[in-house]
Amino acid sequence: MSKQRKAVALISGGLDSMLAAKVIMEQGVHVEGINFFTGFCVEGHTHAIREHNSAKPNRNNALWVAEQLGIKLHIVDVIEEYKKVLINPKHGYGTHMNPCLDCKIFMVNKAKQWIVENGFDFIITGEVIGQRPMSQTKSKMPIVSKQSGADDLLLRPMCAKNLPATLPEIEGWVDREKLYGITGRSRKPQMEMAKHFGIEDYSQPAGGCCFLTDKFYSAKLVDLWKAQGAKDYKLDDIMLLKVGRHIRPKAHFKLIIAREEGEGRFLQGYKKEFTSLYCSSHPGPLALIDGELSAEDIYFAARIVARYGQGRTEEQVDITVTDKDGSERVIQAKPFTKDEVPNEWHV
Amino acid sequence: MQALKETLNARRLLCPLPVIRTQDKVKQLNPGDLLEIICTDPGVMHDIPAWCRINGHTVLETSSGNHEYIITIRVGE
Repeated sequence: MSKQRKAVALISGGLDSMLAAKVIMEQGVHVEGINFFTGFCVEGHTHAIREHNSAKPNRNNALWVAEQLGIKLHIVDVIEEYKKVLINPKHGYGTHMNPCLDCKIFMVNKAKQWIVENGFDFIITGEVIGQRPMSQTKSKMPIVSKQSGADDLLLRPMCAKNLPATLPEIEGWVDREKLYGITGRSRKPQMEMAKHFGIEDYSQPAGGCCFLTDKFYSAKLVDLWKAQGAKDYKLDDIMLLKVGRHIRPKAHFKLIIAREEGEGRFLQGYKKEFTSLYCSSHPGPLALIDGELSAEDIYFAARIVARYGQGRTEEQVDITVTDKDGSERVIQAKPFTKDEVPNEWHV
Repeated sequence: MQALKETLNARRLLCPLPVIRTQDKVKQLNPGDLLEIICTDPGVMHDIPAWCRINGHTVLETSSGNHEYIITIRVGE
């Protein structure tokens, strides 16, 4: 009896990786999933923070996909290692701060290390030629295979027929004839495959599953690096970029102002790391101050915070300022008008 | 051997980090041990039970209050 081969599938939570895993499972291969958490994954975060974000199910799609497929999922924290990918991508950035090709190489390399450590035979991805302009073109696929070190242990079941045969195909671990030859950005072939496999519910993230493909998020990251004078970040930095209204009225400080109750609760958790402000005479949002401020700056910041509370039309409101050590004081501030908070301050 | 009951503080972490921390903690425990996970991200009420189902662990109890979510699991084989 031939040995049952084992493959690890990169599971993003989207349809393509789900189908790729399913195609290989159908061939009798034991498949387990792996999902890398970079800190920039869209999964879970904003809908976890915000109260009324969307009607989407509040779930981690990678876990959900694994459960639908009936496979184990290994979620790997790569936050620290990912920094070198984002800060200095060998192949550059995409339209925004997305280093897609380097990211793919990094993840396949991590999967290669994982299969060696865990006695698995090969790696599966849901890549489709032409699906994404930076990382999923026919010319980029061999780059990912080679530079990740996976070489011919990387099988892309969705478009394998358009690529040279890999070791699992050559050795007969999988039947190449039962793989697919999908190209292009149309989703129709994937939808037909989903129907064929009886998959009715699946995630279709618009614009991918990474915050770095988002124009506004990328702008906040660039602003962070510029303000701190170095391309570096901590996990809390990149989490906070996902939350609130970011206003930088002066080069040396920025305000992060909650837009609703869920964000306010999330920002409460950072009151020991940042000076915070809220309007105590009228309902209004919590704001964190990122930067070192003079008394004059604090007053200036208080006027901005007052602008976003229900006392915005008052002549003067009370703003409570809480320092990192928990000490509080109340100052009176005249709320800025809409025109006094110019668009250029909004990051 | 008596089963252990341990507590994992996953407050302020957003999914999937509570799941990752749970996964890491469970690796240090034995089958039958109990783990109580305290979180502030409501997403854990979906994600940790899903993670348990696909990895053979059992959710014994879930509760929530004061913006905290507490899940107790029994480690599987």
